[in-house]
Amino acid sequence: MMTNPDQIILWQYGLIKINATLAFTWGVMALLALVSYAVTRRMVVDPPMSKGQNLLEVIVFHVNLQIREISRQRPLRYLPLIGTLFLFILISNLLAIVPGYIPPTSSLSTTTALALCVFVAVPVYGIRQIGLWRYLKQYCRPTLFMLPFNIIGELSRTLALAVRLYGNIMSGVVIGAIFLSFVPFFFPILMQVLGLLTGTIQAYIFSVLTMVYIASAVPSSDDKDSKHPETGDTHE
Amino acid sequence: MSDISLIGMISIFTAGITIAIGSVGPALGEARALAQALSAIAQQPDEANTISRTLFVGLAMVESTAIYCLVISMILIFANPFWEYAIAQSGG
Repeated sequence: MMTNPDQIILWQYGLIKINATLAFTWGVMALLALVSYAVTRRMVVDPPMSKGQNLLEVIVFHVNLQIREISRQRPLRYLPLIGTLFLFILISNLLAIVPGYIPPTSSLSTTTALALCVFVAVPVYGIRQIGLWRYLKQYCRPTLFMLPFNIIGELSRTLALAVRLYGNIMSGVVIGAIFLSFVPFFFPILMQVLGLLTGTIQAYIFSVLTMVYIASAVPSSDDKDSKHPETGDTHE
Repeated sequence: MSDISLIGMISIFTAGITIAIGSVGPALGEARALAQALSAIAQQPDEANTISRTLFVGLAMVESTAIYCLVISMILIFANPFWEYAIAQSGG
């Protein structure tokens, strides 16, 4: 009953197994890449622009706006990472309405990979901005005594990032399957609508949390009373 | 009582208890956060963007504890390692 897309083997040749997670991940990636490529071939500056370009401009503009509001820095540095995370998770969750499609984010492997990207990206951005020594000193704030707790917090928030996305999407898929088995037709559709809402919110939350973690590692240049939520530990 | 029925019984019972107790705390906490955020937005409508974004981030943090409980209970019911081990022992 527990649908694990890792265990659905679509194609096998000797030791090479293509499971559903891999296939649908590459499908989503191909969709994003092809649409972006097709739209950005014929970009124009003047108002009569294509619908696709308009859509992408709206997306980029709003992702930029959110990044600027959270980090109070120029968003261009963070746009590739945050925008890619947001779009990938959003599309892979929203395509759940397509019959036969299993969201790759309902597998713990995918979400762990995404969370590991964030786990690596935070120190990379931090060290690139303020240098290795100052970045490492942040772990000893307020005192040296807090060092192990800061490290544990770093690990546990990465785990939380992965399990939160996985739990939400996987529970949506499983609940849909369960309802489909004993309630016909109408009620599963409501569950699908709820799943779409959840998927969108989770994509937003994942990218916002990524940005918050990076912003907490990189003190902004104009540090007026930073209003970041406390992100150190998640289980108090 | 055989091992299999004992494992199954305890697993189902624990899964129910886990999701029941584990969702009470996050629900109370999120309700409180939501009420506070609503009154804050009512007092300062200009700050609605910041407040709601922070609220979402905070709710996600709180939500994760409930999701841990959900994952644990799902594992207990649908993918219980002890259950599968007992089945393999008895069947094989």
